[in-house]
Amino acid sequence: MITNGKFGKYGGIFVPELLIPALEELEAAFLKYKDDKKFNEELDYYLKEFAGRPTALYYAKNLSEKLGCKIYLKREDMLHTGAHKINNTLGQGLLAKYMGKKRIIAETGAGQHGIATAVVGSLLGIPVEVYMGLEDVERQKLNVFRMELSGANVLPVENGSRTLKDAINDAFRDWVASVDTTHYLIGSTMGPHPYPTMVKHFQSVIGRETREEILQKEGKLPDTVIACVGGGSNSMGIFSGFMDDKEVELIGVEGGGDGVDTDRTGATLCKGTEGILHGSFSFVLQNYDGQIAEAHSVSAGLDYPGVGPEHAYLKVTGRAKYDAVTNKEALEAFEMLSKYEGIIPALESSHAVAYAVKYANIPENKGKTIVINLSGRGDKDMFLAAREMGVKV
Amino acid sequence: MRQGAMEVESYDEMLQRVKDKKEGAFIPFIVAGDPDFETSLEIVKTYVENGADALEIGFAFSDPVADGPTVQAADIRALNAEMTTEKGFKFISKIREFTSIPIGLLVYYNLIYKMGIDRFYQIAKEMGVNAILAADLPPEEAQDAVAASEKYGVQQIFMVAQTTSNERLTKISQICSGFLYVVAVMGVTGARKDLKLSTVELVERVKSHSNLPIVVGFGISKPEHVQNVINSGSDGAIVASAILNLITENLQDKKMMLDKISAFCHDLKAATQK
Ligand SMILES: Cc1ncc(COP(=O)(O)O)c(C=O)c1O
Repeated sequence: MITNGKFGKYGGIFVPELLIPALEELEAAFLKYKDDKKFNEELDYYLKEFAGRPTALYYAKNLSEKLGCKIYLKREDMLHTGAHKINNTLGQGLLAKYMGKKRIIAETGAGQHGIATAVVGSLLGIPVEVYMGLEDVERQKLNVFRMELSGANVLPVENGSRTLKDAINDAFRDWVASVDTTHYLIGSTMGPHPYPTMVKHFQSVIGRETREEILQKEGKLPDTVIACVGGGSNSMGIFSGFMDDKEVELIGVEGGGDGVDTDRTGATLCKGTEGILHGSFSFVLQNYDGQIAEAHSVSAGLDYPGVGPEHAYLKVTGRAKYDAVTNKEALEAFEMLSKYEGIIPALESSHAVAYAVKYANIPENKGKTIVINLSGRGDKDMFLAAREMGVKV
Repeated sequence: MRQGAMEVESYDEMLQRVKDKKEGAFIPFIVAGDPDFETSLEIVKTYVENGADALEIGFAFSDPVADGPTVQAADIRALNAEMTTEKGFKFISKIREFTSIPIGLLVYYNLIYKMGIDRFYQIAKEMGVNAILAADLPPEEAQDAVAASEKYGVQQIFMVAQTTSNERLTKISQICSGFLYVVAVMGVTGARKDLKLSTVELVERVKSHSNLPIVVGFGISKPEHVQNVINSGSDGAIVASAILNLITENLQDKKMMLDKISAFCHDLKAATQK
């Protein structure tokens, strides 16, 4: 490894020996191409023409009036496939192509990252196989169909808890046996080095655009940036645009599930402790012995017992603040944004909206300029939301 | 906590002992507490009575990325039987009541980290563990573990694989002690029909870059595999999934389980004859 991939003491490469050469190869390719003119021209072309960048920074007038703050929404929900995930899959997919890889594997929970990987596979002509927990396959049949339509092969995972963490385990197992030909396209700022750094790099386009857009619209930086945190990629993407502006408050919102003080939660940074999972040292939800717990959140994208190591670093250094909202609060925000703004957010993004509402209701925050990263749209969540709201569709 | 009931044999002593008999070392694996504490202990006794030269003991982990379905199923059985790190060490101390052969621990690093690295190695030593291998701890991240292993006199084992460069091989053998664990296949643990020719080449390559004894593991499933591995110059062979399959297949009939394990181990040991 050329660099150690540490954020303070967090991060690193906690993987079996068989994977080390693959990570070394990936790091070298990433460092070579991230500043390569041809690579970036090609990536920019696809981000613009295929994915639909730049996305708007939309002034949410109705919500702003209601809350007494200036609320801006970074519209990642408008991207092709419906979420920010495509920024990263285009970046890594192209990297895999430049590296001459013949096959791409990915893990997915709800299916957003799986779909974003599947379409990039079609675009670039690289076969894609997606590991997905059996429970998620059954919960998200529509997304399985979408992935298969886009030419990907979905591999149901029957091991362990049959959810996202088990899909990641199986993707690693596949990769251990296929490193020569295969790129493992991880969907968030997690995993061993160089993934957290690389995924942040490909998602930092969100922060760059947002910074430019807010300066254009407001003539100043925002007071606060709020984003939901699953593995941490959309939040790291938007935070990166403001990291050095110490006056901008950065807030990450986790999936609180039934509540941070219950067993059914996905709030890794709020409730977890330091540990090693899926290749890096960060915070994890675990028991006394270090066995990894199952996470719970109504939003599949936040339903993960780990979190990217750079977020652990931002938490302990105090540069960013982390909090959680419950399933119930997120569903209320989901309805609220749909009703007031005509924008149906993904359940993940609804967590950021819910937190922003609570934040704006604190008297000392009145009048602040707040950017919410609207990481994805709610199309994928229609059935679940209807069920939660007691509506038959 | 008290020392094991008898003197513990070192890997070097054990390897010399088998070498004198013109054999290689047969090292069976079990997940501590699979399928339950008592049966697991009986299985280990069966290993020892049927020619085990050393033991490889796994502590169950919820997310074993280096393992295939067989070992993961064993992990889940042990966790369902309420195994903990503390009970794992108790398991070791029980083994030490009837055998002095070397014991290697195979764990995932989070279990060590969560207990406290220093404390983990200290207790391991007290319970009679010879060596520790953390499957997801490459040398790059191992400074603290190596320091603790030196402090308490527990050997730190590392893996090398087909993908490990010669340069890395040299580096790894400098911080590894006891033996090098050579991963025979590209992939996770699990029984395999064939062991590739490349295993032989790998063993030769490792031998030419390291003076440490070497033991081959992953995918060794039949007496012929053991024979091939020993003939290729390896000092020993670790057998895991193929034995664990006998546990999985005979959960309803413990006597049958132990009889089959006993016969299989006997054949595996016989195949270590040079
Ligand atoms: C719309 C949306 N937002 C957020 C997330 C959470 O991931 P991350 O924290 O990496 O942005 C997901 C993950 O599936 C998602 O689909």
